[in-house]
This record gives sequence, structure tokens and C-alpha cells, in this order.
Amino acid sequence: MSWIDVGHIEDIPLRGARLVKTPVGCVGLFRTDVAEIFATSNSCPHKGGPLSEGIVHGQKVTCPLHNWVFDLNTGNAIGEDGSIETYPVRIEAGRILLDAQAVGKRSAA
Amino acid sequence: MKQKLIVIGAGMASGRVLEHLTEAAPDDWDITLFNAEPRGNYNRIMLSPVLSGEKTYEEIVTHDDAWYQDAGVTCRFGEKIAAVDTAAKTVTAENGDVLAYDKLVFGTGSNPFMIPLPGHDLDGVIAYRDLEDTETMMSLGAGNKVVVIGGGLLGLEAAAGMAARGVEVTVVHIMGHLMERQLDEAAGYLLRKSLESKGIKILCGANSKEIVGADGKVRALMLDDGTELPCDLLVMAVGIRPNVALAKDAGIAVGRGIHVDDQMVSSVEDVLAVGECVEHDGAIFGLVAPLYDQAKVAAATLMGETAAFKQKSLSTKLKVTGCDLFSAGDFADGETREDIVFRDPSRGVYKRLVIEGNKLIGAVMYGDTADSNWFFGLIKDGTDIEEMRETLIFGPAYQGGSPMDPLSAVAALPPEAEICGCNGICKGQIVDAITAGAGDLGAVRATTKASASCGTCTGLVEQLLQVTLGDEFELPAAQSICGCTDLTHEDVRRLIKSQELQSQAAVWQELGWATPNGCHVCRPAVNFYLLADWPIEYQDDPQSRFVNERKHANIQKDGTFSVVPRMWGDITNPDELRAIADAADKYDVPTVKVTGGQRIDLLGVKGEDLPYIWADLNKAGLVSGHAYSKGLRTVKTCVGTDHCRFGTQDSTGLGIKLEKILWGSWTPHKLKLGVSGCPRNCAEATCKDIGVVCVDSGFQVGIGGAAGMDVKEVSPLIQVATEEETIEVVMAVTQLYREHAKYLDRIYKWMAKVGLEWIQEQIGDLETRKALVERFELSQTIYRKDPWAQHAKEAERFAPLSDLTLEAAE
Repeated sequence: MSWIDVGHIEDIPLRGARLVKTPVGCVGLFRTDVAEIFATSNSCPHKGGPLSEGIVHGQKVTCPLHNWVFDLNTGNAIGEDGSIETYPVRIEAGRILLDAQAVGKRSAA
Repeated sequence: MKQKLIVIGAGMASGRVLEHLTEAAPDDWDITLFNAEPRGNYNRIMLSPVLSGEKTYEEIVTHDDAWYQDAGVTCRFGEKIAAVDTAAKTVTAENGDVLAYDKLVFGTGSNPFMIPLPGHDLDGVIAYRDLEDTETMMSLGAGNKVVVIGGGLLGLEAAAGMAARGVEVTVVHIMGHLMERQLDEAAGYLLRKSLESKGIKILCGANSKEIVGADGKVRALMLDDGTELPCDLLVMAVGIRPNVALAKDAGIAVGRGIHVDDQMVSSVEDVLAVGECVEHDGAIFGLVAPLYDQAKVAAATLMGETAAFKQKSLSTKLKVTGCDLFSAGDFADGETREDIVFRDPSRGVYKRLVIEGNKLIGAVMYGDTADSNWFFGLIKDGTDIEEMRETLIFGPAYQGGSPMDPLSAVAALPPEAEICGCNGICKGQIVDAITAGAGDLGAVRATTKASASCGTCTGLVEQLLQVTLGDEFELPAAQSICGCTDLTHEDVRRLIKSQELQSQAAVWQELGWATPNGCHVCRPAVNFYLLADWPIEYQDDPQSRFVNERKHANIQKDGTFSVVPRMWGDITNPDELRAIADAADKYDVPTVKVTGGQRIDLLGVKGEDLPYIWADLNKAGLVSGHAYSKGLRTVKTCVGTDHCRFGTQDSTGLGIKLEKILWGSWTPHKLKLGVSGCPRNCAEATCKDIGVVCVDSGFQVGIGGAAGMDVKEVSPLIQVATEEETIEVVMAVTQLYREHAKYLDRIYKWMAKVGLEWIQEQIGDLETRKALVERFELSQTIYRKDPWAQHAKEAERFAPLSDLTLEAAE
């Protein structure tokens, strides 16, 4: 597995999110109220709402368009029939690392 | 021919007499009301919640100036009566005025009893009786020490109220356990434990010897065993003595109180007495329920109807948060008496029933008082309890078969069961009011007064509404904000204020949130409540805002945004229009539209372009129009006297001023204003949240309009003469709305809950208005800023954190 550095954890506010453009589409990076990051597809399966613009609460995010709530661990919508892709993510020395293969990028090496 | 009625003392009993009289026969009486206190009637039993910060004085006023005016009562507040001449049928006021009466009512109340200990006249030795005493106690805080003499109802409420403010409180009680007149020893112990857990120190069986002072001010209380208790304030709450001096001087028969017969008439014809100054059949009265009964009888007597006052058994509840206790009847031990006792130490529950013959004669409960009304009913009615004796202590739910839910328990109560002890209102009266159209709690309160005094029976009244109306009734109190908490919006607002919660973390922790940091429903609400109540201490949290308010632009269905620059009072100029046109060109804006609020909307701007388009618009002097926020949107105007031949005032100028003052403020929901220069109302001000219509004589301010999901016309709030006053009123009502409304309630919804009259009272009172304006200004020192200018500097936050597609294409 090869990991790509996409930014520093402090670039994402507590209980906030940022966007990363990747070959498989836009990926949302979500930070909870601790030093914890989740990566998922940015697009809500309902009407395509940009999830990184939603409110992050606990380990969940609410879509800004129609309030679908997703569990960031599993990608499953809560109480709705739908889910979003989740991607492996790691934090090393404050840097956020995404799995290159999972986001459709050939190894840089 | 109107009869002249003079009432001495504006208290709860005489106030109720006036209510009955002015409702039943408003035109028969010419009423003059004297009061030694410089104010009208307020709900004295609610002073304890005021002290603890759970209510404000304004909330406990029962009769305000407007009420007296409507009722045609001449008020002489702050004036005592010097003498009464019952032969000439006149009273002499302090200033020498002599007034004749046809009927005279004494409502002189009682004086707190001050134990004549050495030092009782020192500065800082007070009773707990009126608003002044309450205010003195409220001025204390952490670091202060207080001693309360008296472990009865009033003393403990005072102690708990001050302890809630961080004051170090010691209660000195002469008897062996607290509230010995209402509680037995076991319940007294539980109460003591619970108060001690609130940090209150309690000394029972303690005799006070001397109050020690320094420089004329209280310094400590000395007990007879030599213990010295240092204090900054000493509160004596050891009982009351009826205030009979004036009556006695006038030759009216007095004992401990003014003697009255069953019709509330004193020993002298045409002179009545009600309330705490009265002695009836050897008894004097301190609780509110019998006083209201007396008032009813006195009013009937005055109107020439027959009525008789009967003493009833009484029940007591303590108004201290977290101490749930109830007592009624007689519970002393006796040879012919038997006890049934139930204890659950882990829950801190104690219940004791005292039975004599086959009847329940007394009940004491601590920790779980849900069934208290049912037990009280059994005591009052003398019900034969022989058959249910085995299961009596478990309450009505266990009588006759399977357990019942609380609703069926209420449904099972007979029509005579008393629901509101303060006002003596039975179930039947409430049900009648509901079937006659009183469809919610407010309407029941207005028509029957049930739950309108101390409020502890509110839950029962709501259950009655539920039982009577069935599915038509939605229980308002049960609606918690969301799944994260059982509390309602109103609860949370109140607790944020009273517990001084100044951060989200404090709210989650202290109010027991079920989730780590809320959800998309509660967090924006809590964020707003915190910033509205603590503008300096709390900082707005963008991560608790919906996307539009975080991005300062409206998200569209394709994920692009719309940008609306502010145009103060709808006025623009060619330079601004050019700048908007240039920005539309530069950022490929697909749609340019004029909004419903008369602003220009650039639709379809990409998220990452936002900081740049803002910077360009800023250069031309344009700032955010907040078209996205729960805050001030627009102030719509007409051209007023500048151009219009009908205009009466400078409506455009006023609109611009209002917009410049209010912009940037966060409110519970969006806030739209309009200013029309004449009643032709071209600015459609009468369907705005706040609308001003200019007339020749000044400015009519209305509130609660809307043209959205509901279409509403404004209700008239106030008319004022000058532009300055209009601005003040608008600022004050905006702040009142910010401080009290539920998040996402527009003004009209808030107004439906609190009532236009209450808002008018607040705004009409110049001091309240001024304080509201000051608090609004304080908050605006933080929020009257252009968020676009701020965010344009942080453009990188609006761009993707990283773009991996570029490298992939290489």
C-alpha cells in the first residue's frame, strides 16, 4: 500500500471538513472533535449534496441539502437506504495520508 | 351611582379581590388602591425562583400598570394610610389627603418577625419578604457568606437560591429537623441531605444568642454554645405577624390578626379584610390557597352576594430545584393512628401515610411526589380507604387491577379533585374550560387561572388537556430539541442563562447531552443561544452553522453558491452596479436576478471563487448582504419625502440607518424589515418581521409579519414620535427576540408563544428598553462586521485541500 500526503490535520477545523480532488472523484476529509480524520466520497447518494459542506457531529456528517446523516465509519446513511464510499486514511506526524490505490492514483514511486 | 372602594395594600389577596370585582362588575366601583411598596401586585410566592435566577421579576408581575389602567383602578403606590375613621367613613393618606369610602378593604398583609436578638438592628440583617430583600440577596455571589435563621419553607428557599449563586450559606434552625411543621423527621433528614449536597451548611437544634457587628454592619452570628458563624448578610426567616396596627388604631377588633367573620367582614360594618392580616376562627394564614378563597368571598360580599369562607386542609410544596417534597394534613404520631411507610434509599424516596380509623389524615412524601394530588384528595374528602389499604402507598396506579399510566390516573380523578392548589381549581372546572374552547395551556391559564401561580401543577393541566382533547392536543412540553437531549429549547435557553453556561462543552456536560457534541439539529441552536446570551464570553462557531452561514453564501442544488451584496435601504448607484456587472462577467455568473428583498443576486458562483468575487465586490465598497443568514436580511424602503408627494417622513433615510445598525446581527431566524413613508405602504412594511409605517404624527412600529410559508400581517407594537425612538424600539425588540425566542422561530411564532402584550410591556418600559438596546449594542461591537472581507483573506480555506487529479494526468 502506498500513502499520499494530502495536507496537515490542522488544515481542517475541529468538527469540520475539507475536500480533496482525486481521480475517483471528490473525497471529503472529515475531522471530529479530536485528532481523528475520516475520508469518504463527497457526494450524497440522495441528490448529490457536497458532504464536506455538512455539519460534523460525533463520527457522523449531515448532508447540507436534505439532512441525510452518514456514519463516517461505515459510510451508511442512518435511517435511509443508501451509503457512500469510505477510503483508508492515516495520520502520521500530523500529516493526513490517503491510500493512493483506493483513490485511483498509481503509485508515485 | 358608583360606590367608592378603597383598598389598603396591593398584595396577592387584595389583587385577587380586584380581579373578581372588575371582571364581574367593572362599572359599579370607583376603586383607589394604596400600597406602601412603590409598585403594584406581584406573585410573592415566586420570589424564590427569582432569587435562584430561574425567573425574572418581570415574569412574576401579576398586575402591571396597563392592567390597573384597564381595570380603572386609581393607584397610589408608595403611599401609606395614616389613619382610618370608621365613623366618618374616611381614610387619611400620609400626605394629608382625606378620602371618603363606601367600602374599605384591608389587605395590609404581614410583617416578618424579627427575633429581638442583640444586634438585630445592624446593617445587613434582613427578612425575606419582598422584592427589596430578594434584590439584596441577589447582589451577593461567590466569596460572600450568609447565615439564614429559620429552617422553614421560606428560609430554605432563600438558602437554596443564594447557594445557587455561589454564596456560602449556613442555615441555623432551632428545632431538631428542617420544616418541622410540614415534615416528619425522616423526610427532614432526606431534605437536609439533599440541601447539604448543594453546599448548604445546616445546623439544627441551634440557638442564636447574639448578632455580632463591626462598624454598624453585621459580621457574624453567635450561637449560645459559643460558635461564631461569620457572615456578610443575615437573613431572618422565622415567621410572620399579621400587620394589624392601622386597623387596631381605627378601633377595629384585632387579635393576632384582624378579626373577620365568614363573609370576611371585620367588626366594623363596610370594612373587610383579606389575606395575611386576617384572623378567622382563631387561625391566621400564610399560604396562598386560602388567601385566594378569602378574596373570592370578599368580592362576593362586596357585590352583595352570599358566600362563606371555610378553612380547608392545606398542602405544601417546596420550590427548590431538585428537592421534591410534599406534605399535607396531620402527621404527628398518636395512639389511635397508624403509619404506612415506604422507603427506597437508593433513589432517595420516602413516603409516609398517616391513617386514623379508615381515613387518610396525613401524608409526607420526599423524592417522588407524583401521586401527591391523589393523596391530598383522599385527605380532604375523608374517603374511606379500607379496601385499598394494602396497596394505598403505591398510589392510584395500583388501585383496582392493573397499573395505570399517568394519563389514566388523571382521567380517573373525580371532577371535584383539586388540580391547582394555589387557586383552588378543580378538575371539573378545567375540563369545562377545555370543552368550551381553551385548547392549550395558555388558554386554560387565562380562563381558569389553573397553574398560573406557582406552576407546579402545569404537568397535570397538560395531562388534562391531553385526556380531554385526545389526539387534537399536542403536548408542547414533551418536545425535546432532538434525540441528543430530553430538554426543550425553552429549557436549554433558561438553563444557559441561569447556570451561566458559556461554552458548548459546558452545555453538553452540565445538561447531560447524550451525544459527544450534538447533531445538526441541536448544535446550531445551542451555538445561537450561547452567542445571544454571552456575546463577549462565547465565540460564534462556524462548524455549528449550516453551510450557508459558514460559507456566507447560499448553496444551490448543484453545489454552486449565490452571492448577494448589501444595498443599504435598497439604495445603489452606477459604480456599485458596474462592479456587480464586472464581477458577473469575470466569474461567469450564469444568472443575475433581483431578489424578493430588492437586492441583486449573482447565482451559480463556484465555491472556490467566493473569496475572489467578494474581494472584487469589497473594492467597490459592497459588503455581504447576509442573504444566507438567520440574521438581519434587508430593510426595504420606499422613497419617502425625498421624491414622493405622499411621503410623510424620510423613510429611505430611516431604512438605511436601521440597516447600518442591525446588519451582521444573528437572530433566531431570518429578520426582514420594511419602512414605508406613508400608509399606502409601498415598501410592504406590514408583512415584514418588523415593519415601520410613517405617518404625519410619527412612526408606527409593527412586528410579526411574514410572507413565507405563512402570510401574516404585523401586529401594532407601539407608535413613537421620533426617528431616534423608532430606532431604539427596533433595536430593543430585536434583542428581546434574540434573547427569548426558540431557534428557527420567526417573530410571529415567538409572538404567538409569549404574547404581544408581554412584548409591548417590555418595550413600553423605558428602562427595560434601554437595557435591551445596550445589550444589543454590546453584541454588535462583535458582529457588526463584513464577513466577506474577513474570509476573502483566507481564500485557501475555500479551495480543495489537495488536487490529486493534476498529477494523475501527467
